[in-house]
Amino acid sequence: MADATPGNGPVLELDGARISYFTRAGEINVIPGVSFRLNQGEAIGLVGESGCGKSTVAFAIARYLGGAGRLMGGRILFEGQDMARMSESELRRIRGSKLAMVYQDPMSSLNPVMPVGRQLMEVSIIHQGAGEAEARRRALQLLDEVKLPEPERMFERYPHQLSGGQQQRVVIAMALMAEPSLLIMDEPTTGLDVTVEAAVLDLVRELRRKHNSAIVFISHNLGTVVRICDRIGVMYGGELVEEGAITEVFRNPRHPYTRGLLECIPVLGSDKRAQPLVPIPGQVPSALLRPVGCIFAPRCRHEDETRCRSGKVATAGVSGEDGHRVQCLRAAELAPWQRPHAVATTAAATAKAEPMLEVLNLKKYYRQSASIFAGGGDYDVKAINDISMSAGRGMTLAIVGESGCGKSTLAKVLTGLETATDGTVVLEGAEIGGVRVENRPRAMKRKLQMVFQNPESTLNPSHSVGYAIERSLRRLKGLTSRQAREESRRLMEIVKLPVDFVTRKPRQLSGGQKQRVAIARALAGDPDLLIADEPVSALDVSVQASIINLLMEIQAARQATLLFISHDLSVVRYLADWVAVMYLGKVVEFGSVDEVFAPPFHPYTEALLSAVPIPDPDRQQKRIVLEGAMPSSANPPRGCPFASRCARKIGTVCETTPPPEIVTSGGHRIACHIALDDLRKIEPIISPTAH
Amino acid sequence: MSAPTSATSGGKKAKSQVGWWATIRLLRESPAGMVGAGIVVFWCLVAIFAPLLAPYAPNANQFDVGPVASPSFQHWLGTDDQARDILSRIIFGSRIVLTIAPLATLCAYVVGCLIGLLAGYYRGWVDTLLMQVCNIILSFPVLILYVIIMVKFGPSALNIIAAVTFVASPQVARLVRSQTLELREREYVAAAKMRGESAWYIMLVEILPNARGPLIVDACLRTGYTAITIGLLGFLGVGLRPPDPDWGGMIKDTYGFLLGGQVHMALAPAFALSSLVVGFSLLADGLREISLRD
Repeated sequence: MADATPGNGPVLELDGARISYFTRAGEINVIPGVSFRLNQGEAIGLVGESGCGKSTVAFAIARYLGGAGRLMGGRILFEGQDMARMSESELRRIRGSKLAMVYQDPMSSLNPVMPVGRQLMEVSIIHQGAGEAEARRRALQLLDEVKLPEPERMFERYPHQLSGGQQQRVVIAMALMAEPSLLIMDEPTTGLDVTVEAAVLDLVRELRRKHNSAIVFISHNLGTVVRICDRIGVMYGGELVEEGAITEVFRNPRHPYTRGLLECIPVLGSDKRAQPLVPIPGQVPSALLRPVGCIFAPRCRHEDETRCRSGKVATAGVSGEDGHRVQCLRAAELAPWQRPHAVATTAAATAKAEPMLEVLNLKKYYRQSASIFAGGGDYDVKAINDISMSAGRGMTLAIVGESGCGKSTLAKVLTGLETATDGTVVLEGAEIGGVRVENRPRAMKRKLQMVFQNPESTLNPSHSVGYAIERSLRRLKGLTSRQAREESRRLMEIVKLPVDFVTRKPRQLSGGQKQRVAIARALAGDPDLLIADEPVSALDVSVQASIINLLMEIQAARQATLLFISHDLSVVRYLADWVAVMYLGKVVEFGSVDEVFAPPFHPYTEALLSAVPIPDPDRQQKRIVLEGAMPSSANPPRGCPFASRCARKIGTVCETTPPPEIVTSGGHRIACHIALDDLRKIEPIISPTAH
Repeated sequence: MSAPTSATSGGKKAKSQVGWWATIRLLRESPAGMVGAGIVVFWCLVAIFAPLLAPYAPNANQFDVGPVASPSFQHWLGTDDQARDILSRIIFGSRIVLTIAPLATLCAYVVGCLIGLLAGYYRGWVDTLLMQVCNIILSFPVLILYVIIMVKFGPSALNIIAAVTFVASPQVARLVRSQTLELREREYVAAAKMRGESAWYIMLVEILPNARGPLIVDACLRTGYTAITIGLLGFLGVGLRPPDPDWGGMIKDTYGFLLGGQVHMALAPAFALSSLVVGFSLLADGLREISLRD
């Protein structure tokens, strides 16, 4: 049982915690009961789709549920003390010192009008009664510990002067200031670039070892959980459906939901020709409409109607695996788990197709006026700085790179929302780079359509689904309203939306449904080139899989070219035929997908690949840490754009001379000073281990 | 087969109906909003049924009781200096204020929305030009501007509407512009451009309807302020032409009696006016409150 003295018992113990929110609709029981324990130095990862109650649990642990939320039953013990019985002043003393939280958006955790050093000092002054000098010393020490360059200078900076990754490091430093015994991290790396995310995860792992804090780590990304945690808790519909050691749960997942989560994400290294993604059908039930019996039953492939729907499912241990618990009646009956293998067909599936899109020496500069006070003339921000690429009919060309590399600018130039500064963009023989979308003929608008990133802003909230699709049909194809109405039904069928959705407004749809409408809208004109700018990055993994499958189906049926912009390399590896890796407005590598993802590759591609969190604890992944930040595109380096961060820099030549483009026979281009033979010698990122 | 069916099955039940009825139902949960709506509806009913409610004709002289009569059973609020029944004049006065104030606000919104949309959508020199003109108007003391306009063009309902439009539309324009600047960056606007919609379509169909939340609240508040303005112009004697009953004018005609002890003569129309304004502000508060939810 929980010991009252800290140190012996578990740091955190949830015992049937039952949490409800009180709203206009009355009590909504979002967490029917969650139990788990966490010992000193342990890290548990909570995963699950959005709406499964992960964050609610995190807030409940800190007793920070706000006015509407309340713990209705069970206990939450922190160091043996019942959180529910603590007074406000006791809570104040604990929060921020013994129990610290790190949230997703660092900017909203930091005070924008106070230098970060000062904010760090406050923790020591308030919670540890430290003096100015002592607090300052400690703050500098922590800034150094979270690997911020030049702690002395960082100390004086304001949050807006730091990059997103640096801000999150400051937040982590702040959380660690008072040596907390429990650290709650709620999607701490979700908004960050993959390379920055990898660095922050490395940091968390290192600090965890050093400070011996217990960690509750919430993430929707199974890969990040594998990097940090030693235990994992899979949450579904407010319940912990499976819990256990990372290795055990991943090797032998017993709950169908855990299996579903593992099957719907592409494993880095597999591609679309090898195996399909399996989305989890349906969606997380609303807390008001919780099914009787097993909560996952309506979406479960292994459901046994009579048993699963009859009563509440108890949590049982998995035999032979200590601490591995699962809430499934059929757990023991399920077939042994077949881990999705990374299978890639290396066959030349990327045969030459007739060219559809040709981008040649494209430049897009944004003119910036210099400040009147700073002096100096106007300058250019070189968002796209001389890039070339091409895509054939029916092919998928993926553009990858960190934020700020120019990939979204490229989409804007292609769509005509911006015009090129220089260079050409040719779509089926017609030059479109310099033509704004307003001036493009209707046939051209029809040919080229786009699916946007943010499902929340992609549809006009005032317009119904039917209107959105029909309007596109009328504008792009010139249909009459009657024809458009019939045609829109057909499109909705293609994107697998029920026909009665026509009258719905966007706010009545889920994120995945909105993205389907957006795809239907883009398909209205039968486009030959479909640009998709991060179409799945805002969606849950289960929905992501079905949208990716949908895009592939549509593409195959219409022989359309897909330009897929993404930062998720697993998805790109899975979906793409050709890949362009962009860095600072340049294409550093271009080639067919299996060429780009295997040596020889550009050192930047190598670093990106090494940063991808892989949801498999048994696979060895080489880590290359990218130091520093991307240089400013207003003043790009003279030589190789990547030289300042490159781990394989060969000398000053990298900084002074633009790299030559190495072209192999297959059309694979690498912009690097390193000789091709040397690049060939680089070992692959992921070494498949036998298991 | 592994057909993606995740989004198709189930589907949430529509949470609430769309439209005005839903807004009214939501408003029930805001006490302030309900009180405001009650007051505004009360005055609207008074205005509509004025001929039935008013015991006397508003401009008829009640010679049987004479001027400045104290409240009595025949004349609940007494009579004014010209022996007209004050209650009847207040009741008929509501017709004027409730016609001119919403009309003037509407005109200010039509002009203000156009200016704001153009400035926010096109930005650049269009924005600079329009907003500079607006700033010049805004930099004038409002009261003086009203008086100048009314004195120059003469007192009439039409001129009040014109004056309010002139003074209020720059304020509306600023609000609409800031909303437009934000909404024009939405992806659905880019999608509209990509299917070749005209600029007017984008401004009026894609952008404006989504700015309606803050605009409805502001319009409600502004109607109340316009009612004050009408009263103020009446009080200064540059509002509507006598003898038609106008609350501001009634206060002007009778405030001299405040010292004489006939306090109700000026206070009754003043109370009518302020209750209407309070009604509009409470309604605006309620609308703001429900717009913050969901």
